[in-house]
Amino acid sequence: MTILEDRPSNPAAGDHDRPIGHGRMQRKEDPRFVRGKGHYVDDIVLPGMLHGAILRAPVAHARLVSIDTTEALAHPKVLAVITGTDLQALGLAWAPTLSMDVQAVLVTDKVRFQGQEVAFVVAEDRYAARDALELIQVEYDVLPPVVDARKAMDPSAPIIRDDLAGRTDNHIFDWEAGDKAETDAVFASADVVVKQEIVYPRVHPAPMETCGAVADFDPIDGRLTLYETTQAPHAHRTLFAMVSGIPEHKIRVVSPDIGGGFGNKVGIYPGYILAVVGSIVTGKPVKWVEDRSENLMSTSFARDYIMQGEIAATKDGKILALRTNVLADHGAFNATAQPTKYPAGFFHIFTGSYDLAAAHCTVTGVYTNKAPGGVAYACSFRVTEAVYLVERMVDILARKLDMDPAELRLKNFIKKEQFPYANKTGWEYDSGDYEPTMRLSMKMAGYDELRREQKEKRERGELMGIGISFFTETVGAGPRKDMDILGLGMADGAELRIHPTGKAVVRISVQSQGQGHETTFAQIVAEEIGIPPEDIDVVHGDTDQTPFGLGTYGSRSTPVSGAAVALVARKVREKARFIAAAMLETRPEDLEWEKGRWFVKGDPSVGKTIAEIAMGAHGTIALPEGIDGNLDAEVTYDPPNLTFPFGAYICVVDVDPGTGHVKVRRFIAVDDCGTRINPMIIEGQIHGGLTDGVGMALMEIIEFDDEGNCLGGSFMDYLLPTAMEVPDWETGFTVTPSPHHPIGAKGVGESATVGSPPAVVNAVVDALAPFGVVHMDMPCTPARVWEAMQGRTRPPV
Amino acid sequence: MQIPAPFEYVRASSVDNALALLDRHGPESRVVAGGHSLLPMMKLRLARPDWLIDINDLFELDYLLVDTVPNNGRVLRIGAMTRHTTLLESDDIKRLFPIVIDAERVIADPIVRNRGTIGGSLCQADPAEDLSTVCHVLEGVAVVRGPAGERMLSMAEFHRGPYETAVAQNELLIEVRVPIRDDSGSAYEKVERRIGDWAVAAAGASVTLAADGTISHVAVGLTAVGLDRNVTEVEAVLVGQAPTEQLFVEAGRLTSLACDPLADQRGPVDYKRHLADELTRRVLRAACRRAAASISDITI
Amino acid sequence: MQISMTINGTFVTHEVEPRVLLVHFIRDDLRLTGTHWGCDTTNCGTCVVLMDGQPVKSCTVLAAMVDGHTITTVEGLANGATLDPVQQGFMEEHGLQCGFCTPGMMLTARALLDHNPHPEPLQIREAISGQICRCTGYATIVRSIQWAAEHPAGAAPETTTSESTEQEVHA
Repeated sequence: MTILEDRPSNPAAGDHDRPIGHGRMQRKEDPRFVRGKGHYVDDIVLPGMLHGAILRAPVAHARLVSIDTTEALAHPKVLAVITGTDLQALGLAWAPTLSMDVQAVLVTDKVRFQGQEVAFVVAEDRYAARDALELIQVEYDVLPPVVDARKAMDPSAPIIRDDLAGRTDNHIFDWEAGDKAETDAVFASADVVVKQEIVYPRVHPAPMETCGAVADFDPIDGRLTLYETTQAPHAHRTLFAMVSGIPEHKIRVVSPDIGGGFGNKVGIYPGYILAVVGSIVTGKPVKWVEDRSENLMSTSFARDYIMQGEIAATKDGKILALRTNVLADHGAFNATAQPTKYPAGFFHIFTGSYDLAAAHCTVTGVYTNKAPGGVAYACSFRVTEAVYLVERMVDILARKLDMDPAELRLKNFIKKEQFPYANKTGWEYDSGDYEPTMRLSMKMAGYDELRREQKEKRERGELMGIGISFFTETVGAGPRKDMDILGLGMADGAELRIHPTGKAVVRISVQSQGQGHETTFAQIVAEEIGIPPEDIDVVHGDTDQTPFGLGTYGSRSTPVSGAAVALVARKVREKARFIAAAMLETRPEDLEWEKGRWFVKGDPSVGKTIAEIAMGAHGTIALPEGIDGNLDAEVTYDPPNLTFPFGAYICVVDVDPGTGHVKVRRFIAVDDCGTRINPMIIEGQIHGGLTDGVGMALMEIIEFDDEGNCLGGSFMDYLLPTAMEVPDWETGFTVTPSPHHPIGAKGVGESATVGSPPAVVNAVVDALAPFGVVHMDMPCTPARVWEAMQGRTRPPV
Repeated sequence: MQIPAPFEYVRASSVDNALALLDRHGPESRVVAGGHSLLPMMKLRLARPDWLIDINDLFELDYLLVDTVPNNGRVLRIGAMTRHTTLLESDDIKRLFPIVIDAERVIADPIVRNRGTIGGSLCQADPAEDLSTVCHVLEGVAVVRGPAGERMLSMAEFHRGPYETAVAQNELLIEVRVPIRDDSGSAYEKVERRIGDWAVAAAGASVTLAADGTISHVAVGLTAVGLDRNVTEVEAVLVGQAPTEQLFVEAGRLTSLACDPLADQRGPVDYKRHLADELTRRVLRAACRRAAASISDITI
Repeated sequence: MQISMTINGTFVTHEVEPRVLLVHFIRDDLRLTGTHWGCDTTNCGTCVVLMDGQPVKSCTVLAAMVDGHTITTVEGLANGATLDPVQQGFMEEHGLQCGFCTPGMMLTARALLDHNPHPEPLQIREAISGQICRCTGYATIVRSIQWAAEHPAGAAPETTTSESTEQEVHA
């Protein structure tokens, strides 16, 4: 049955209408944001604060011959100029990355990408700091760069990482998943095999707020307070302690309001470390905030995967196997932010939503003279690349078999009764019911009618395309038996206190960059203990105020921290039962729970509300043995498995046959993220991700020229979609709860970014079918689309 | 954030005052109007004037009026400080020169258009700048004032090449005069990677129809494809002919031969040549349709 | 040099370097940090403020150029405790997530509605096309501005029950 969702009424409308728990309610954080009272890193001003600026390398590969800072130091407002040599003396010239490599904080020996950090100026104001950069004289001995990842392993390629002992090539790792022999055997006997090189070009998360920090080192008690744009304050604190030698209890990391993250703010960038060094050297707080070019040219990029895909099927459309060899460009340092064991992230979920007999992938990582990164931009640890590969390959197969792409997908889905489903590369999908989701999207789109319209238009020479993508995400990293980042298990903590008057504070280890944690997590607590969300304060983003946990990325907040919050609330609820029993002079087992209240079984009029119980806990009644006098609890949640949200997306495009310009006319998105907490916030997460997908599919790319110059170093060339490029999104949902999550929620933050790019590209390729186009790589700019129409599809890199 | 290098700032109170200030501060002084071309260059420190002369108070240059001037006949006079938004919202422009509306809709974005001026756009002379092409096509005349008085320059004289105009360091563009032709129509179309981006390529056309429905006057111009003049090659083919699809196809072909684009991130050479052809056909079609609409008894 | 302007109804006089950008003057000198910046190149619109009632990108205007003019920032949108309908609309319709582009979006919305009280969705999209939001995908911003257009006097708390354009389909 299809129904329109009732929109719960406004929370301001009166107590009787307020959702106690799950449901649409306005965000608790919005009143400050709409008044301009958000508090972001660049809004912080501390007494005596100085400003830092980074001198960056103008070339991609060069030996550093000399740096002369004399003139800069002579600037009347300059207090310090820090170079790589200075850092070497402190043992801080190199810092560990999140992928067991090292990255230069400041260049000591060699520049390895354009925009790399060369020197750090500390001055009285930001204008003077910028002026002084021009006064630093640097001599470079320019070297030939490695720009094309395909040539990185050529014997003649220059060795980028000669800082690593014994390094004789640009190879980082080889990694594989699945059974090669089994897969090859299935391919050998398949009726149909199609192959395609598929490139997912380098893109950038580009949050509207760039990265920055304010470091405040107190030389007297040796305490560092670091305000940072970070998605993972606790992990940063631990890593800072490990790198700097400042003991962890003397470090406080504060992540205030963050102007978008999308994975850009997971890693530790040289700028953060330099702000700390600047504060230590000058004895004053130092602020560093990068400009947009610095953000685009030096911080974590995403993707850059060259994938050779192959799909095998029977001639009647039963997909049998998938295999791929991937060349991964990781830039000059292997700094991808992902669980330690997975150098290709979760790419090996590339079997997608289909029940396959075999699958195998290999991934080879190489160094190039480009900025480091790779895992960012709402990619769920490279599920983006995986979904893009499989959803493009399925479409290419549909073309080969002359089958409708929707029909081909429906025929090959993992069936509801197969869950939990073990795929061929080691994942256990928790739950799924794909067909209803697919059918709903087709119904919302009017799929058959669209195909009829397309047929008519083709006869008139008009180019209309319909693209489908069905994705399965894997999020909520992750079980500590399988996953860690630099040895830190990927768990999250939560602490809940009910104050004597029945108001509450919940402290969480994840950090919002706009996802609405202050609302969603209050709603989870509200649902579990029955007090209104507005009576629950959510504290996050400050390591002194919150329990340890790994932070917000990979759509893990609700699957991991959300579970922790539900469990801590249940722990409080259970404790409340004992206290209520004492207050009512009965036995705990004689009490029954209704939202917000324990009452005596069979006599609902006798009971105690959570507020009464909280007062009781802090009051004077005799408490049962083993129950201490508060209504507080804490938990650390180690997820037993990941969660597997999924969705069906349909994109309709019109292509101007004369110019190659693509217009996204409609976009239908049906998501299943399990139990839904706040539908308004969920819809917002999906809308944002769909826009990312349109951006990547049509315009976003970080390109380099032959000298390694970054061609996407400003918003003039790194194009992001505006309100004019995206349609009014049409969203729908199904609900398939996660069986292992306490409230059945699966996470949704990255679903749409992961799932939407193939829908758009499939639509463009579908539109270009009359020209014989089977595949084109992103971005589908007017020029590239026109070239495809001329039979000249070309990879973007 | 990027920050300009230091400079001195002075606000001009009149055109004469601005000219005197330019004269006084010499070659290292620059005039700033909307600032949306100059300030970004200064932030990148690619432009480093010693003196910035702000002419935003020259309200005397913010006007649009239909006038009759000696030797030019009826013209639309556009003051150099007229903001893009003013052009876009003008009923006179909508009626007389729809090409300006077509172009203004795709110049940067509405907020930039609130600040940017026609004078600033023309003087920046960016090869991807849309109003330069529009003024070429409309055969506008630039009125430039300096210590020696005013001079009138055709767009061909005014526009010397990429980023280069005939306005001397101590002169100011004060007005653009656009001749008003009866029975005319005009149009502009641009292909861009995204709204607000500079053109991959664009074309503009202005057409005047004779009483018999044939083309009596035509101009075609291109943006961002290496041709900073009108495509005179097409005029001989079009003038005197009845507007037909066949004719537009030929005009498009000639235009694509006349242009000289460079390959860049926006596209390869052959694509841009193709766009010159495609867009020329489109704007000629639209301009003829609009011209015909202004003459009730002709339909095409 | 000395400059004076009226900002959010208050007349201020300040000494500035000629090169100080309006966005820095507002943020650093006046400590009105609701105005953000995001790009340097006049592309993102995060820094939009109203200058004499019109949206401008304050990263590409010198503070000196504003001498004698009137500026409205996000801090000047509300009338005391009463939010502007645009601010209410953004909360009602989830027109913001991280909040970074929001002040600029709301100011453009205010100027649009002052100029055109009943804009069509496409007109709203055009009006905000010089501003980038990475979180919302714009549809909810459009709805937020429509909400403000439909509630020109804002809404009293007891009457804010919704008539949203949002229609999610559920199987």
